Formats: sequence, structure tokens, C-alpha cells
Amino acid sequence: MSTKFTEDHEWITIDGDVATVGITAYAAEQLGDVVFVELPDVGKTVSKGDEFAVVESVKAASEVYAPVDGEIVEVNGELEGEPAKVNEEPTAGGWFVKFKLSDASQLEGLMDEAAYNEHIA
Amino acid sequence: MTDTLLKTPLHALHVELGGKMVPFAGYDMPVQYPLGIMGEHNHCRAKAGLFDVSHMGQARYVGDEAALEALITADLSALGAGEQKYTLLLNDKGGIRDDLMVSRPAGDGLFLVVNAATKNEDFALIEAATAGKGTLTRINDRALLALQGPEAKDVMARLCPAACEMVFMQCGAFELDGVEVLISRSGYTGEDGFEISIPEADGARIAKLLLAQDEVEAIGLGARDSLRLEAGLCLYGHDMDENRTPVEASLIWAMAKTRRERGDFPGAAIIAQQIQDKTCQKRIGLRLEGAPAREGAEIADKDGNIIGIVTSGGFGPTIEGPVAMGYIDRAFMAEGTEVDLIVRGRARAATVTKMPFVPNNFYRG
Repeated sequence: MSTKFTEDHEWITIDGDVATVGITAYAAEQLGDVVFVELPDVGKTVSKGDEFAVVESVKAASEVYAPVDGEIVEVNGELEGEPAKVNEEPTAGGWFVKFKLSDASQLEGLMDEAAYNEHIA
Repeated sequence: MTDTLLKTPLHALHVELGGKMVPFAGYDMPVQYPLGIMGEHNHCRAKAGLFDVSHMGQARYVGDEAALEALITADLSALGAGEQKYTLLLNDKGGIRDDLMVSRPAGDGLFLVVNAATKNEDFALIEAATAGKGTLTRINDRALLALQGPEAKDVMARLCPAACEMVFMQCGAFELDGVEVLISRSGYTGEDGFEISIPEADGARIAKLLLAQDEVEAIGLGARDSLRLEAGLCLYGHDMDENRTPVEASLIWAMAKTRRERGDFPGAAIIAQQIQDKTCQKRIGLRLEGAPAREGAEIADKDGNIIGIVTSGGFGPTIEGPVAMGYIDRAFMAEGTEVDLIVRGRARAATVTKMPFVPNNFYRG
């Protein structure tokens, strides 16, 4: 299992052909207090770069873009009642969705943790 | 762009406090501090918050008050010493050019506070309309602070006890830490509080003195917006503008009864007709579940017909849910009417709700 990062501040943990996606602690801090997360329907197919979720903070709505092509196989229903999990534990209980990857080679273009830390430094 | 932004006398203090600075009405202003919008909002409702509103336009008007009165909706002859009114500057069609505070604190004439984004146009209009009759002096050398919240009075009781004798919408000249200041008991959060005009050289020092009090935290523009939204108060340029009259904006209360009877303000005939016809859209409050509806979201009836538009919306931390205000066709304005708000193409159930969303906490004696 390894974790990759996008320039749009998402993290992706890969387990076999399933990728769990959320936003990074840095992104969560920039957004401020998250009050609502709009997630896609399970079964939806998305392409890299598609808007697949929306994060609402007190002040504004921010789109979240798909880091890779794939099919949504699970969404984090707990965020409906507890959107603050995105701030409290962005890389654990604050996960957004699980993707079934269509093309694992797309992961190669993403950053590892060291490169991401450099990116936000 | 950043280097062209104006700075208030508290700018260095905002940066020192860790404020996240953003452009607002031509000024570099703190949208939030490390406490965050939610924390700042809740702190202001529970204790006291300090806001820098020095970007707003302050001015003194001395002279023929009838000439100034002709532009606005207040009855200045009824404005006594030490009193303040919320009023509207109208265009010839009855549209709202700005909302402002007019007061008679001390010394000669009137003290005006107008919105930052409109101050140059407002003052130019007043100068042109009162030329030869009165003198408007723009005040560019004073900071303006707002101390808001249920414990604001406890802070002032310590630092300027005389100011605590005022009730909501009274004003006067006081001494605060050895400095001559103008204070009004007012604000824009729905809470009890004070607005303090201070010579700019003393602004940051007095702000630090206020922030040093246990009750007080610095509050940025983000929480200022969520506080005023929960209080049902309009943000100029969003919830009202030149294309909306006080009737549409549900601000008839901001028009003096005597002025309505005399019908001697700009656009009076149009406004009188709207009051009589009862057909124009009205500004109303909306409650919904789930996703906040933001400015620009359409309001639809249950058959999908578009019947209005959201002009301000977001999450209300005190309400613990999304709140919005907007304009709606007259037939749907009654409290409790069920409508839909279109958020990213999805209809979200909402209910027309009485404002303020959070009860006002003004001190009326």
C-alpha cells in the first residue's frame, strides 16, 4: 500500500486496484471549517480532472477533482453527519471516496510524500 | 495587485496576529485569524469580538441638514443629540445606493459611516447635492473598530464606563485610554456592542488594549459575514443595490414614518406605488438542510418554476446549519413556505424563514 499526492492537494492510497481518496491536511487547513461534503453516487464513472466532490467551508464551496480515471465503489457516508472529520482527521476518517482504478499507470505521474511536502513548502 | 491595496491603521497588527489577508473593497483585510471563521463567530456570540472596520467611510456633515436629508430616508429633525439611525441613500428610482449610519454624537453637525466600496461615490453625491448649503468633511485619519458580543459591555465597563450608560443606537464623545473617541452602541452582528472611531495614530494601540482583555478575540471578515447573515442584515452590493428599493429589500423599517408621509426622498412615487401594489419581490430568509446555498443560487417552487434568487448564503455556526437570504416572488414570501434552492443543479428543500435567524441581543436599557 502506498500513498500518492496531487497538485490539487488530494491524497490517494492504493490497495490493489482500489484507491482511497481524500484531501490533505494542508488543503483542509486552507479551507477552514468544513460544514458539508457533497459526494458522488456509488457506481459513477469519472475521468481524471472531473469534478467529483464539493467541499463547503463556512465561507465558500471548493470543487475536488478526480486524480485518476475510475469508478466510484464506495463513499464515506460518515461525512454527511460529521463533515468536521475532514479537518480533524483528513487522511484517516475524513476520506472521501474509493475508486476502482481504470488505468493504474496514471498513478505514476503523481507525487510521493516527499515531493508533495516540497510542493506545499 | 497587492501593492495597490489600501491599508487600514491596523494592518500591521492584523499581520502580527496571523490574519489571512485578502483584498476587500480595495483594502488588504483579514478574512480570518488563526482561530478560524467558526471559532471567531462562536466567540463573538459567546463573549466579545473586535473587528477592524476602518475601511468604511467616515465623514462629518455641517450645515443645512434638509439638503442632506433629501438624499436619505431618515428624519434628521427628529435625530436628537446622542442618537444614531440606520438609513438608506436612494437613487431617483428609489434604488438603494448605499446603507449608512447617521448620528449626532457631539460637536457640530452629523457623523456619517458608509460602506467602503461605495464611499467615494456616496461622498461625491452628498457634496454635489449639498454644495453651497453644507460642508461634508471626509475623515481619512481615524480608525473605526467594532467591539461586539454579550461581554462587550463588560470590557467597556472597565475601559470606558461612561459608554455603558448608552443604549442601542445612542452615541457620544468619550475618553478611552486618554484618547478622544466617538462611540456608538451599535454594530452589525445582531449582538450588543460598540463602534469606536479613534484617531489613526492611536488605533492600533487601542485595538491591542481591547484585545488584551480576557473576553476579546480578533474577528475577520469571514465571521463578520456569517454573523450579519444570521442577524438577517443586508450586505450592500449583494442583498441590496441600485436595482432594489427599500420595499423589495424589506427595509421599510429603515424609512422614517414622517418621511414616508411627506414622500420627499428620491424615488418616493415608485416606493409609494410598490407599498400600495404589494406585487414586487421581497427579501426573505431561508433555512435548508445539507449543502449551503450561496449567492446566485436560484429559488424554485415545487413545480420547478424559478421564483427568486439567493443573494447571500452560507453556513450559520450559531444555527448549526445553512442559512440564506434572497429575493422571492410575492406569492411565496410567507413564513413556512416550502421551496427548492438549486445548488449545483440539484434541488435542495428550503423553508422561507423569519429573520433574524438568531435573536437580536441589543441593549435597550
